[in-house]
Amino acid sequence: MTVLLEVENLTVDIPLAAGDLHAVRGVDFTIKKGETLGIVGESGCGKSITSFAIMGLLPQSAIRKAQRLAFSGQELADLTQEQLSDIRGNKMSMIFQEPMTSLNPSYTIGEQLIETLLRHRKVNRKKAVERAVFLLEKVGITAASSRLKQYPHQLSGGLRQRVMIAMGLMCGPDLIIADEPTTALDVTIQAQILSLLAEIQNEFQMGQILITHDLGVIASVAHRVAVMYAGQFVEIGSVTEIFEAPMHPYTQGLLACIPIPGKTKRGSFLGSIPGKVPTLIGDQTGCSFANRCTYAKEACLLKDVDMVSLGPGHSYRCVLSSEICHQNAREAACT
Amino acid sequence: MLIYTLKRVLLALLVALTVSILTFGLLHLSSDPAVALAGEDATEEDIQLVRVQYGFDKPLPVQYMTWLTNALQGDLGTSYYFGIPVSTLLAQRLPVTLTLGSCALIYAILFAVPLGVLAAMRPNTWLDRFCLSLAVSAQAMPSFWFGLMLIVVFCLWFPLLPVSGSDTWKHFIMPTIVLGTNAMPAIMRLTRTGMMDVLATDYIRTARAKGLRPNTVLLKHALRNAVIPVIAVIGIQAGYMMGGTVIIETIFALNGMGLLAYESIMYFDLACMEAVVLLLCLVFITTTFVADILNAWLDPRIRIR
Repeated sequence: MTVLLEVENLTVDIPLAAGDLHAVRGVDFTIKKGETLGIVGESGCGKSITSFAIMGLLPQSAIRKAQRLAFSGQELADLTQEQLSDIRGNKMSMIFQEPMTSLNPSYTIGEQLIETLLRHRKVNRKKAVERAVFLLEKVGITAASSRLKQYPHQLSGGLRQRVMIAMGLMCGPDLIIADEPTTALDVTIQAQILSLLAEIQNEFQMGQILITHDLGVIASVAHRVAVMYAGQFVEIGSVTEIFEAPMHPYTQGLLACIPIPGKTKRGSFLGSIPGKVPTLIGDQTGCSFANRCTYAKEACLLKDVDMVSLGPGHSYRCVLSSEICHQNAREAACT
Repeated sequence: MLIYTLKRVLLALLVALTVSILTFGLLHLSSDPAVALAGEDATEEDIQLVRVQYGFDKPLPVQYMTWLTNALQGDLGTSYYFGIPVSTLLAQRLPVTLTLGSCALIYAILFAVPLGVLAAMRPNTWLDRFCLSLAVSAQAMPSFWFGLMLIVVFCLWFPLLPVSGSDTWKHFIMPTIVLGTNAMPAIMRLTRTGMMDVLATDYIRTARAKGLRPNTVLLKHALRNAVIPVIAVIGIQAGYMMGGTVIIETIFALNGMGLLAYESIMYFDLACMEAVVLLLCLVFITTTFVADILNAWLDPRIRIR
């Protein structure tokens, strides 16, 4: 399968008055055609910044560096703003967290949908409108052609997110980045939107990055999963590997937090990982999870921890050997 | 949009009617017009004569109705002081003020809006600071001083422009600059704030994510939303500018509405005062009405509920 996106040692620093905020600290991954990579992590761990860095939508003050950040073999850092904007919305598009505020209140849905296509393709308005109607129907919006004349404030949140998805699909992109697409929506709508995304991704064989803090979502739609903590991937692997043989103590902790029907006793506390995320301002060495880790030793804080590979596709960032990690996982599962 | 416009028109008419009742009532109650008109040496009989002759002896509502009926037919009475029909007087004065007002408004918008946008695009750079200092100085300069300085520079040192009068377009250059500069700071700063707010919104990020070109993002997606609050303020400022200003008209000897208002008050020219106030009010109502309609056209959230 062709590789769509290659990310190697991606870092994003944001200069602040208190010092540099190291929002993303060396992220590596690749995405192939038709593959969904789920990125999970707590709020503020750098998931969204990672996606903005790929799209070139970082705030002006942010500094992006990468050994390689290539889309379809083309290094993105080499492109001019103009060339980059030719790719954005065309080959690579993004769906945002906030459907309520992500559409321009002054223009109709139709205008906002077709302008993407008119920007990237040599088509007339009529063809563009046809495409918009087709996609609105595809994302499950009824009476699509009359919706085109409506303004964002006339639509509900769920409908707006569907419009955003349709907008992302206008040019038939190879890669779609969905940044917590369901966070702002009702639970009932969440499931609909996610299955819609999975369906469309499968149908058009797009690559997809699905960013979420919901492990349940990841388990059902992603092929591969990256667990992000404090600006780094701490573990990456296939869905089965991550859910059945989690190596990193943080991944194990996250999975232990999911209540299991029948197993989690009624009235008992839900699982949680004690402690809080370290500040990412200023330089620091050692494992960033050490202050919350049950297995932390002095050695963890002495030097930075590299990713350990466990074979194709599965690697984790911990000083503990794989046997000990397995052991820990089994013990954690018993308690 | 049609219903919205009709509602606004109705509202504007109501405001105009209310203002006309208020001015008429207040002016007639503030002092006895017959006494003022009859002059200082007038006897009690003279005053009574004037009162009957001009109809001041009738009840106020009746006087108002008579005045309103005449006014609606274009007859605003005769100026006691100038001795000519008020409508003729207004026809002489209003064009001067409207010309000055519209020139000043266009000048202010042409400078203030682009500068505000530029400042918002590069916040806290030298460009932004420059715009800020421009705005502060323009705001701080009294218009009489600024006007006199312009006369010193462009009429005395470099005799390029005529000092006073309203005969050619050249006569309007300096008054336009003075009046417009006065209105610029508010428009500029508001454009900057509005633009900065809009540039930070999620839908601008969406527009960029769609691969739209920077100019499209800025002019199509950002500016339209950013100017909505600015237009309301421009509407009010336009009212002030179109209404005439005593100071600027005095400095440049422009015979406009500002001067007419001043004169009619000085000589207690009742018919003229009433007409001037009513006209100023109509100008204000018109500019805010235009601003409302423009905003509704720009912002669908106002026009469609």
